[in-house]
Amino acid sequence: MFLLIALLAAVAIASLCIGRYPIPLRTICGIVLAHVFPLDVHWSQTEQTVVELVRAPRVLLAMIAGVALAISGAALQGVFRNPLVGPEILGISSGASFGGALAILLGASIAGVIGGALAFGIAALVIVFLLSRLAGKSAVLSLVLAGVITGAFFGALVGIAQYAADPQQKLPGIVFWLLGSFSGADYQRVLVLAIPTLFAGGLLLLLRWRINLLSLGDEDAAALGVNVSAIRWLVLVSVALIVAAQVSVSGGIGWVGLIVPHFARMLVGPDHRVLLPTSAMLGGIYLLVIDDCARSLTQNEIPLGILTALIGTPIFGYLLWKTQARGWTHE
Amino acid sequence: MSDGAIRLDDLGHWFTPGDWIFRHCDALIERGRIFAVLGPNGCGKTTLLRTILGAVTPREGRTEIGLPLGSVPQTMAATFAYRAVDLVLMGRARHVGLLRVPARRDEAAAMQALEQLGIAHLAHRPLDAMSGGQRQLVLLARALASEAQGLVLDEPSSALDLANQGVILSLMRKLSREQGHTIVFSTHHPQHAYAVADVTLLMMASGHHVVGPTGEVMSEANLHALYGVELKRVRFRHDGREIETFVPLY
Repeated sequence: MFLLIALLAAVAIASLCIGRYPIPLRTICGIVLAHVFPLDVHWSQTEQTVVELVRAPRVLLAMIAGVALAISGAALQGVFRNPLVGPEILGISSGASFGGALAILLGASIAGVIGGALAFGIAALVIVFLLSRLAGKSAVLSLVLAGVITGAFFGALVGIAQYAADPQQKLPGIVFWLLGSFSGADYQRVLVLAIPTLFAGGLLLLLRWRINLLSLGDEDAAALGVNVSAIRWLVLVSVALIVAAQVSVSGGIGWVGLIVPHFARMLVGPDHRVLLPTSAMLGGIYLLVIDDCARSLTQNEIPLGILTALIGTPIFGYLLWKTQARGWTHE
Repeated sequence: MSDGAIRLDDLGHWFTPGDWIFRHCDALIERGRIFAVLGPNGCGKTTLLRTILGAVTPREGRTEIGLPLGSVPQTMAATFAYRAVDLVLMGRARHVGLLRVPARRDEAAAMQALEQLGIAHLAHRPLDAMSGGQRQLVLLARALASEAQGLVLDEPSSALDLANQGVILSLMRKLSREQGHTIVFSTHHPQHAYAVADVTLLMMASGHHVVGPTGEVMSEANLHALYGVELKRVRFRHDGREIETFVPLY
């Protein structure tokens, strides 16, 4: 674990070095450490501005988003006992995407886009909750179905928003936002994501052993004295807050919450006490590397949603083939 | 209710309306007693045990459960390949705070339960690398680690070899006689019920029930009616002990 924390810190520092304006590693370290230790300033004002106001918020945003999405995915795969589950399954990201797209369509400010995405993400969770209540019976199945229905419904609304958008003015903005990017990173966005991640992600980490219990199935967990429904909703609401916040600041970023927990499980096994923190670190590293590629591979930025899937899927397929999905039972 | 007993009061259940699996099932299981449930396949043994555990709400009647229960399901369809010790540790759920992870003493209790069943060497083996019998022992260890005073075991010896069947039977006897545990178990081995149970319930395919002290209820006639197979009660002396058991005449 310490190794992973060190690796995450190293990747974060390395990410600060990457960009159009070349800044040596020594200068980057100096600028970062000057906040903690009294150091002689041997760098220019421009270098300091680039690092502190351009790159640092972006690196922080990518890292926090990776950490938050990976914890969410690991928790959901445990609670739903399903390897194909990611944070998208609940329909929250579709709801948040629609909120953001609608705000762009209505010509809202950046704050409006963030607020719209957050509001509709939470609205999607409320709809999922009500639908699953109506369905009754098997709680996990009705939740997944409610999530799929809600996701599809908001997906259609996103389509309507795109269809209604002016193809010259608004449509490119909506499409680019939906594909996900950290290019608009600033400290406000970092805060919008960091606060829910701290509380909801922290709660998920505290519940990590209870997730082991839920992963046994409702009946078995209840027989062990677990309040299954209450804990499951605690997990779902936490994930919903994280996903809504993430979509609101950086648009849709798929795959991270789905595949990073699989990587982590192959490394440390299925025990969520270790799996959740490991997923968190790996998620941060993964999204930092992806974002480094997104902003440095080509002249223009590549949308993140494309890269996470394009890079993630072959690696995932290779690992699955190599390790035979370690951590899941084979029956 | 605080007398630590389990009461089944006129229980009945169906999955399709009108098609009763069992009905008018009454029983009193006093604290510290062993209660066996016998019956052919499909007579509702597992459903009855799940009703006692609260996992099934009966269509008719009610249960009164006077003590916390530990459950030992017949098999486990785990999605994740947890190690035996991690699975046994989950038995400690009632002793670990909501936002906490198990402490040293919980881990010690889990290891002790594995040792008690002679499977400490399996502690770090993942679930999918274990045989059905080993899993059954791990599930029993999990219930022991929970320190629940009541245990509900669904066919605990169904996947076990003869030696391990003996381990489970003597453990049940020891828990009940020395530690006052109340034990409910279902089985397809009449001789197991006969060896350890104080009270036995026979669930006939017809939906009719016979319940009472094991020695009275388990007659050759009743068992013949229960299974449709003739069983002979045999008595002999071995090592100075009077042995009495049933042998099916296939």
